[in-house]
Amino acid sequence: MKQHYQLAAAALLISLLAIGTAAAYTLENFTFDDPARTAEFRTLIGELRCLVCQNESLAGSQAGVAQDLRKEVYRMMQEGKSRDEIVAFLVARYGDFVLYEPPLKPATYILWFGPFLFVGIGGWLLWRTLQRDKATPEPDLTAAEQARLQQLLTKTGD
Amino acid sequence: MVPELGHFALILALVFAVLQATMPLIGSLRHSQTLIALARPLAWGQFTFISISFLALLFAFLADDFSVVYVAANSNTLMPTLYKISAVWGAHEGSLLLWVLMLAGWGAAIALFSRNLPLPMVARVISVQGMVAIGFLLFMLLTSNPFDRIFPMPIEGRDLNPLLQDPGLAIHPPMLYMGYVGFSVAFAFAIAALIGGKLDSAWARWSRSWTTVAWVFLTLGIALGSWWSYYELGWGGWWFWDPVENASFMPWLAGTALIHSLAVTEKRAAFKTWTVLLAISAFSLSLLGTFLVRSGVLTSVHAFATDPTRGAFILIFLCIVIGGSLALYAWRAPSISDGGRFDLFSRESFLLINNLLLVTLTVLVLFGTLAPLIYDAAGWGKISVGFPWFNTMFIYLSPLLIAAMGIGPLLHWKRDQFRRLAPQLGLAIALTVLVVVLAMTLLQPAIGFGLGLAAWLLTTHVINLFDRSKRREPITIGAGKRNYSRSYYGMWIAHLGMVVFIIGVTLVSHRGSETDVRLSPNGVYENSGYRFQFNGVEVVKGPNYDAFRGEFVVFQDEQEITRLYPEKRKYFSGGMPMTEAGIDAGFLRDIYISLGEPIGITGDWGLRVYYKPFVRWIWLGCILMALGGLFAASDRRYRPQRVASI
Amino acid sequence: MSKTSRALIPLSIFIALAALLFYGLQLNPREVPSPLVNQPAPALTLPSLKDPQQMLTAERLRGKVSLVNVWASWCPSCRQEHAELMRIARENNDVQVIGLNWKDTRPEALEMLQQFGDPYAEIFFDPDNRAGIDWGVYGAPETFIVDAQGVIRHKRIGPINREVWQTEMLPIIEQCRGQ
Repeated sequence: MKQHYQLAAAALLISLLAIGTAAAYTLENFTFDDPARTAEFRTLIGELRCLVCQNESLAGSQAGVAQDLRKEVYRMMQEGKSRDEIVAFLVARYGDFVLYEPPLKPATYILWFGPFLFVGIGGWLLWRTLQRDKATPEPDLTAAEQARLQQLLTKTGD
Repeated sequence: MVPELGHFALILALVFAVLQATMPLIGSLRHSQTLIALARPLAWGQFTFISISFLALLFAFLADDFSVVYVAANSNTLMPTLYKISAVWGAHEGSLLLWVLMLAGWGAAIALFSRNLPLPMVARVISVQGMVAIGFLLFMLLTSNPFDRIFPMPIEGRDLNPLLQDPGLAIHPPMLYMGYVGFSVAFAFAIAALIGGKLDSAWARWSRSWTTVAWVFLTLGIALGSWWSYYELGWGGWWFWDPVENASFMPWLAGTALIHSLAVTEKRAAFKTWTVLLAISAFSLSLLGTFLVRSGVLTSVHAFATDPTRGAFILIFLCIVIGGSLALYAWRAPSISDGGRFDLFSRESFLLINNLLLVTLTVLVLFGTLAPLIYDAAGWGKISVGFPWFNTMFIYLSPLLIAAMGIGPLLHWKRDQFRRLAPQLGLAIALTVLVVVLAMTLLQPAIGFGLGLAAWLLTTHVINLFDRSKRREPITIGAGKRNYSRSYYGMWIAHLGMVVFIIGVTLVSHRGSETDVRLSPNGVYENSGYRFQFNGVEVVKGPNYDAFRGEFVVFQDEQEITRLYPEKRKYFSGGMPMTEAGIDAGFLRDIYISLGEPIGITGDWGLRVYYKPFVRWIWLGCILMALGGLFAASDRRYRPQRVASI
Repeated sequence: MSKTSRALIPLSIFIALAALLFYGLQLNPREVPSPLVNQPAPALTLPSLKDPQQMLTAERLRGKVSLVNVWASWCPSCRQEHAELMRIARENNDVQVIGLNWKDTRPEALEMLQQFGDPYAEIFFDPDNRAGIDWGVYGAPETFIVDAQGVIRHKRIGPINREVWQTEMLPIIEQCRGQ
């Protein structure tokens, strides 16, 4: 029985390793003397997109290329490169697509400022509507509407 | 034989749907009582045949009938029965069948619970539901038939995607679809009202409880999905802003706006056109989500097997349904008068602000989700719009929503005085500032922000509760008072859910930790006041997988508090190894270990250890929101007897 | 704005959205264009696959239009396109097919060439994905068209077949020839 398990374990191990050292996705080897730097590394690879699997970050991906890129990012960080330099390095090779956070540049202004513009315009329209409503007199309700309204108001107690 | 029966039942259901879409509508326009009276039996008939079809597919799964392509692709003899059942909706074709089953189910429910509604209205609502059903049934029969056979029949099936072999994910799609499809009721009510040209408080009251129930399902469905991705994907996160998640979040946001807007339309007969538009939008976004997930226009982690033909088919269907209803809206809306004037400082304006913000967030999610496509189509290059962008936007925009959410319920309808509220708001602001200062000094600045929002919402609502109980007007006696209570308490509980949710999100984001360690058997690791002792890894056999299972003893203050057994599974059917995290769930914190991979040959393993404070509050908040929704929907005001008497 | 035109806003927004989605159905969201196109080819200093002692550099790409083909023996699509590469190498004397053997092992790579033939004028051996990262490779097969001046003119992601060669790659190669 025991031997059976050992065999199974060996087979399982082989099958796991066959998928590649690729399955190596924990990051215990990527440490820095400065814990802040380790945290920075983690954040950075979490915000980079793996191009092979495309919907996982470099931090989470089990793909071989992601693993290579993790090592590359680690190497650059150990050399003391800044976040911006590393990002520039990757963007030069893979394009903006690798960044989960789209960079701020003229082409992405609409992406970054559009939503606020939308709220601004919406707020302005709302304000205008409310002002205009206040200026116009209340329209007469039909008798039926009046009765229903009255009924509803009393029923709901508001 | 049984699969053919299922297929045939599906065709019959289509025939019923066609009749259902046409006869009652014609009847309602020509005032033909005979045709109108067909609505209910047709809806029941359609539901019956789709149920037969669904049961046939279920039977094929339980009987391991691998002559059916869909069964062969998504099941095998080794799979536990639970997953054979959930495999029915585990992939594209079957999930569509579940979708139409629920659509027909909602239709049958309308037929059953609409005794008090005017018959022409019921006829129109059921007709609109029939039209939606035609599209989906045609889609299934023409491009995605779950009953297709293969010959020769394979001896063994493949497998259900191992990620989906999980109890949480067995019930997540049904919940989610109940929500998506439930919005079809609000949609059908809106279209029926537009056709009839009559939008009044009664219309709002009828569709309100249906909408709220659909919203409850959607809320729970999304929460389940989030919970599942937390424990199953092994990365410890609960939301990634993936297109699939966004596809479910957009109808939720629009639906949330809708239930608030319906409140105004019902009580004050205002915002009518706006409410109709929201009802159309909520369901349109559900349809759009289906398209985005199944067409392959966007990349996503859990996309269905995509196929451009299917994509084109759904898109054409979408154009007919959404384009048609928006055209109807454009035609009818100008003649609808928006009654119920109100002051700038009134509950209506704050609900309008709330609506504006919720719609902004909906547009934001839609825009972010489609932005890569827009940039690609416009030739501006390929970009990714991921969680950092969405998080930033939500951090900036949602505080506005929370601010309005705190004030809105305090206000009277129509007109209120700022002077009346000044003391209450002052108290709430003072308490909020206190919480912010405490959190910033004792914990960290970023937490002060999140907890401040929660504190604001909580204090305003507690004040509101006191305020209400103080002035219990004697005019509403007996049942009247209880009416008022249910929907009021529903709102209160749902908003409390939001408080709990915000606290959870804030604390888990800023106080959680995540470390990668390498441990030898009997090795020890300490973090956040816990000591983890690794007892090594053994091989265990599952029904359709082999797994490595690690054992960890967790100590706190030298006391053993729990043992965790994270697994790494290798399913016989192949594919990537799956991680099953070992989680000790708690009210105030989760401890979460996922097994990485063996390192070297000494029995060492790479591990990822998470400490997740208050993570449960995220889903607890969602459950409270859903509970609040149920409370509100069960208000006596919406029950047949009451409405009939008005 | 009149009430009628206001009521048309949602419909117009939807029509725009639908147009975008119809267009989107024809696009491939998984294909990421390379920012290296129209840039000088990145450094490429690697040993030769066939002769471990020999170091090759990007200089090898100059003077002739090159197809730099990223391949590996473990990649099924590479086998799929192999025959087409053989044909291209045979029929186009002014184009050199250069291999970049990527994340592979030497014996397995050589065995594949023995079995299916060798279209490559030269093969760079990159088992550790060193040049691969510089070239922005994220999956095999990928093929770059590099002109005689050593500038990347095009990147093809995925296998090459006759149709891809004629409609996508040949026009660009004609341009390079014309220079």
